[in-house]
Order: sequence, then structure tokens, then C-alpha cells
Amino acid sequence: MDDKEIKEIAAINKITFAQRMREYKRKPLSLVMFILVVLAAALSVLALVFLIVYILVMGVPNLTPDLFAWEYNSDNVSCMPAIINTVVITLLTLVIAVPFGIGAAIYLSEYAKRGNKLVKVIRTMAETLSGIPSIVYGLFGMLCFVTAFSWGYSILAGAFTLAIMVLPTIMRTTEEALIAVPDSYREGSFGLGAGKLRTVVKTVLPSAMPGILAGVILAIGRIVGETAALIYTAGSTTGLVDGVMDSGRTLAIHMYMLANEGLHTNQAWGTAVVLLVLVLGINTLSSFIAKKLSSKK
Amino acid sequence: MDKFTIKNMNLYYGKFHALKDVNLSMQENKITAFIGPSGCGKSTLLKSLNRMNDLVEGCKITGDIRLDNEDIYGNMDVNILRKRVGMVFQKANPFPMSVYDNIAYGPRTHGIRKKSELDEIVESSLRDAAIWDELKDRLKKSALGLSGGQQQRLCIARALAVKPEVLLMDEATSALDPISTGKIEELCLKLKDQYTIIMVTHNMQQALRIADYTAFFLLGEMIEYDKTDQIFSNPKEKKTEEYITGRFG
Amino acid sequence: MQGVFFLTAITSIAAVALICIFLFYNGVPAIAEIGFFDFVGGQQWAPTNQPPSYGIFCMIVGSIYVTAGAIIIGVPIGILTAVFLARFCPAPLYKIIKPATELLAGIPSIVYGFFGLMVVVPFIRDTFGGNGSSLLAASVVLGIMILPTIIGVSESAIRAVPEPYYEGSLALGATRERSVFRVMLPASKSGILAGVVLGIGRAIGETMAVILIAGNQVQIPTSLTEGVRTLTANIVLEMGYSTGLHRQALIATGVVLFVFILLITLSMQAIKSRSEKNG
Repeated sequence: MDDKEIKEIAAINKITFAQRMREYKRKPLSLVMFILVVLAAALSVLALVFLIVYILVMGVPNLTPDLFAWEYNSDNVSCMPAIINTVVITLLTLVIAVPFGIGAAIYLSEYAKRGNKLVKVIRTMAETLSGIPSIVYGLFGMLCFVTAFSWGYSILAGAFTLAIMVLPTIMRTTEEALIAVPDSYREGSFGLGAGKLRTVVKTVLPSAMPGILAGVILAIGRIVGETAALIYTAGSTTGLVDGVMDSGRTLAIHMYMLANEGLHTNQAWGTAVVLLVLVLGINTLSSFIAKKLSSKK
Repeated sequence: MDKFTIKNMNLYYGKFHALKDVNLSMQENKITAFIGPSGCGKSTLLKSLNRMNDLVEGCKITGDIRLDNEDIYGNMDVNILRKRVGMVFQKANPFPMSVYDNIAYGPRTHGIRKKSELDEIVESSLRDAAIWDELKDRLKKSALGLSGGQQQRLCIARALAVKPEVLLMDEATSALDPISTGKIEELCLKLKDQYTIIMVTHNMQQALRIADYTAFFLLGEMIEYDKTDQIFSNPKEKKTEEYITGRFG
Repeated sequence: MQGVFFLTAITSIAAVALICIFLFYNGVPAIAEIGFFDFVGGQQWAPTNQPPSYGIFCMIVGSIYVTAGAIIIGVPIGILTAVFLARFCPAPLYKIIKPATELLAGIPSIVYGFFGLMVVVPFIRDTFGGNGSSLLAASVVLGIMILPTIIGVSESAIRAVPEPYYEGSLALGATRERSVFRVMLPASKSGILAGVVLGIGRAIGETMAVILIAGNQVQIPTSLTEGVRTLTANIVLEMGYSTGLHRQALIATGVVLFVFILLITLSMQAIKSRSEKNG
């Protein structure tokens, strides 16, 4: 039998609209619940669509060349320096957080013994970290890096603060990616006489790479969108940073400053578009890689 | 009297032709057993009788299935059909709530709210399922704490609580130990005075012990349907004979 | 090499310890100096007065009100959306709606805040009066912000409920809706509760969105359209120019917030381990 014939079968067990309505007539409460469920879902989606479309409509006309001028001044409120600062702070954060995150994940998935008490503590702590709000990170960064280490408001202080903040994300996604690597790969490598380290570095890590990458990109999304953790660590100085010990605002901080001052509404809309597109683009890229990965398996 | 009649019924799962031109009538207040090797379509047929196959994606049925001469795929409300035709599943599936709430779930669904009435139904259903004495002191305890056999009898009680006319049993004893199985078989024999029972079983001995009629299925076709002793002592079809004598399956 | 990996692994322990030490070391002396009850229970926050007063009771109430508002708005919509995604959504539609809810999670809070400031606040001002920056505005925007958390966690909780429960309910003649709401949802309640608790954590810690739309007046609001200041807003608003005890009092505000969050995390882990046991 081919597809066409199957399609043409006049099945008697198809639930028709009339049947469903008859059902609901007897049980009106079910209809009410169904409508509520559909409405709620519609509302969730509409909230998103409305938010994004509204920002695009208000912001896109304001994406003028002035907004992307190399030099910031209080007339053009260019977001270009802030974008570059964001890139710098992102790179710096990753340089700090990625080795620690991946190292920790390798320890948890490859070296730690099952049921190890310490592993439990590490996981609990990572979970605790991921529940701490960014303003608390900001306070900590200010007290520790800015004040105690006397780095002052600086990109470096901001990057260290963010590094601790995104550490649990990188740890978790990397660990998941490592666990997903089949044991046969490890056994194969051991069978060829490779040691533990060689197996991990040459066999396990490369096959977990896409998963790790998805996690790192997710972390980038968080860094780019972060405000509260940076405002009292990296500071909100305008203009391009002059090195890691210099203070500088990222795009999200820039956005906050514009919104708070309320003087440059049009430019604020434009900046909102840039920020929104950037973060959503990064997140979409991350989930795209993650999905690619899971469909390959 | 015929309770269920199935005429020219075909069932497809996507491209797979799972039931081929089945014609069958089942008698009121009798136990009818469907037997046959795994994948022969007997469970599928059973689930078509209370429209549980509607949940399966790509499942298509043609033909005519009637309960008391009423088309169950036509104008009958599916929820009323399922109230009239109760089902006990292969694996006991009590809800994660108390014993009492499990039994009361069905009656509440059909609009019974009065505590005294519910109490009465809970007791009579548990008595009918021969499990009242074991459970009367733990009505408020979670049903998940019961043993496998108790859970399955609880599920039978739950099905009886909505006062069905037909009880479908989908290999209801296959996950149970012999003692629990014996209790449930005994129960079936007792229940058939009030209910029509249609059961799917892997266990030919079980069919022989309790079923009045037996239908033998093979590869989606109903090979033979007759009185149980007839099927087992004097099958008309060679395939039936081969199956019951254990040459395949 | 194992040692190196081990060292990286205990970073998270060190980080939590460091955060605790720095916050408590800098915040607790201030609480001691102000007096615990004057600090937590005082309704007067006037750091620049002579003599100054440092009572954060209004901010604690503000944080609780705003979080409660967000929960009242976000939880019903979130759970119902999760029900839709897990039980009623046709597959082609799922491919659109699911990523959409995930996208909602990725939008930076400052963008939510700006949107709230430009759209929600004027709307409330025009509709309900007042100046718009209010408890209501913060509740609405935070309610939307916690939606993805509630939806994501609740959906997987509902999906984790064994299918035979659903079939058992249908087989008794219950409608799909009754089966979902009377059997599937109760069976997934600890998972959903975990999602709600996570949402509470998000809402209470949210800063940048709230600061732009909540009005930030130090008061206990008597109506939804009045302004409110949260613990988080208090820190950001005044940290920039504060010195001395004022600054320490702000850090102590952070300590109170941190303790709230730790309590939430703990209850979260308690829920998790309980549901695993019952599993």
C-alpha cells in the first residue's frame, strides 16, 4: 500500500469538530480549561512578538550612521565604543571562565568517582552560583576586585565578576556534553594504549566540542546582556577602553544610561535594537549548534 | 445477546495494516478472550472498543463497531462510551493519590459530588473487586504503596466504580504472580454476572480456565472464533491447532 | 593533571565562599552598628538626614510585593502555557512556540526595563492614573520575565509524568482537559513548584528592569499604581554616591537579598531531593 492510498482511507476514528463540541457541551468546564490553556499560550507568544516587533519598529528607523560613529559624544551618543568594549570584556571573561569551566567539567565527568561527597558539594555550589542574582555578583565584584584588590572600576574587574557569574553555565553545558560522549570512545582510546589525559584531550574533548561551544555561546549571550553585575565593577565611563585597567561601559550599560537619563529616547530605541538583535542572535546560534548536535546522534 | 459487534473492521498504523477485515460479535455477560502471538493485533482490537486507539498517531480504522447496536465511532460521546466500556491495563496504573481518591475519581468525573454517595461507591467497588478487606483501613494512604496485585485489583475497582457495562482487560494479569492472577481470574468469573468481560491474554491456560468464548488472532487476522472448549478441544483451523498445541507463538 | 582539574573544580566552592565572606564581612558590621531590628524593621530610610536612619523594611516589603505580583501574573500563564506545550500543542506549532518561549528567556533585563519604561509605564499612567512607574508596572514586566523559567520547568515536569496515568483517566470517561488538570498536573506538582521557586528567585533578584519602572519611592505602597523600591534597586540607585555607613548599609541590603536567595536555593534543593526520593 502506498502513501496515497493510506491518505485516502476514510477512517471512522477521526475526532470531528462536531464530536468534540458535543463532548464540551456535556462538560463545559473542560471547554473553559481548554480555552484558558490556548489563551495563555497565545498570550506568552504575543508578549514576545509584541515586545520584539515594537522595539524593531521604534528602533530601526533610528539606526543612523551617527549612532555607530567611532567617537562618542553627548550629541550622537554613539554605541560603537560600547560595542567594542563589550567585545573586549566578553573575550576577557571567556579567557578566564572557559578554562576553569571546562577543567571543572572534566574533573566531574572524567575523574571524580561516582557518589563522591565532594562532587555533590561542587554541584550544589555551582547550582547556588547560578541562582545568585547579578546585582549580588556586582556587589561582590565591587568589594573584591574593585576595592580589596584596588583595581578600581575596570574592564578587568568586570571580566572577573562576569567570569564567576557564567562559570556554572559553562560547567554544566560542558559536563553534559562530556557525559554524552559514548564510553566506547574512551575504551577505544585506552585500548590503543593511551593514558587518561591523552584520552580526555584527544578523544573525549573533540567529540564534545559542539556541546561545549553551544554552552560558551550561551555564556556570551549572558555577558552581552548583563548590566547589574557591571555597573559598579567595570563602571559606566563613556568611550573606548584604554587597556584592561581602564573603566568602560558595555552596550547593556550604555543602554541603561540612555534609558535612565531619558534625554536620547530615539537613540535609546536604536541601541535597544542593536542589543536585542545581538543577544537573540547569539542565543539562537547557541541553540542551533545544540540542536545540530542532538539531531546528529 | 450480542453486546459488541464488529463488522468489516480494518486498522492501519501508518502504512502497517494491523487488523484485516475483522468480523466478530461478543455476548453479553460472558467472558470473551482474544489470544494469539505477540503483534497479532489482539490488544489493538481491544483498544478500538473504547476508542483508546484515538490517542495513537497515524492510527486509522475503517468498518463498523457497535455497542448495543449503537455506532461507537458515530454520534456516541467518546466519554460516555468509555464510561460504559471500562478498561484495565496490562500494567497497573493507579493514580498517584490515595486509594479513596483513585476509586472516587471516576464517579467524580461523572458528576457525583456527595460524600455519602462517594463513600458508598468506594466501598461497593472495592468489595466487588474483592479487595475491601485488605484496603478498608488504608483508604487515605497512597495507592502507589500497594503491592502489584493489589494495585491491579484497585484498578479493577476503579473501573467498576463508574458502573460500566463492559470491562476490557488488556493482559491484566501478565505482570502478576500466580496467586494474584488466581484472585483476579476468580474475580472475573464473579463479575461476569453483571458485566460483559473482554480480555486479551498471552496465557492460553487462562483463556481455557475462565473464558466462555475465545478468538484466535494471527498477523492481524482473526483466524477462528468459537466457544472456548471448542477452540481448545476441536479447532477447525490448522493454524489455531498449531498455536494451541504450542508449535509457534 | 588530575590535580589541576581538581583545582578548577573547586573554584565554584571557592567562589561561593568568597562571595559569602566579602558580603558578610562588609555588610554585617553595618547591621550590627545600625542594630538588626532597626535595620530590617525600620521604615525610615534617610541616609543623608542628621541623624541618618537606615531602615530597609520598606524595601523588603517592596521586593516581596513585586515578586508576589510577578508570581500572580507569571505563574498561571506560565503553567497553562506549559500544559499547552506538553499536552495540546500540534507538532508543527510546537516548533514555533517552544523556541519563542526560549527566546523570551534570552532578552536582556535592561531591554525589558526599557520596554516597560516606554510602553507599560505610559499605559498604566493613562489607564489607571498615577505616574505609571508603579508596583503594577514592575509586576507585569517581571511576570513576563519569569514566564520562560516557569514554562520550561513546568513543561518538563508535566512531560515526566508517566503516560499510563493519562490513559487511565481517559479510560474512565474523563475528558482530555480533566485528565490533564486532575491527574497529570497534581502528579507533576513538585516539579512545577521547583519552577515557581526558581521564578521567585529570578523575580526577587531582578534589578535593572525594576529600577526603570517601579518608581523607587521608599514607601509601603497602598495601591498597585503607587511606586515601590526593591532591595536590588536600593543598592544600584545609591551605591554610586554613598560613603561610610551609608555605603555599608547598602552592602548590608545586599546581604539581606543574598540571604533571601540562599533560602530560596535551599528550599529548591529540598524540593528536588524530595521529588527524587518519591520519584
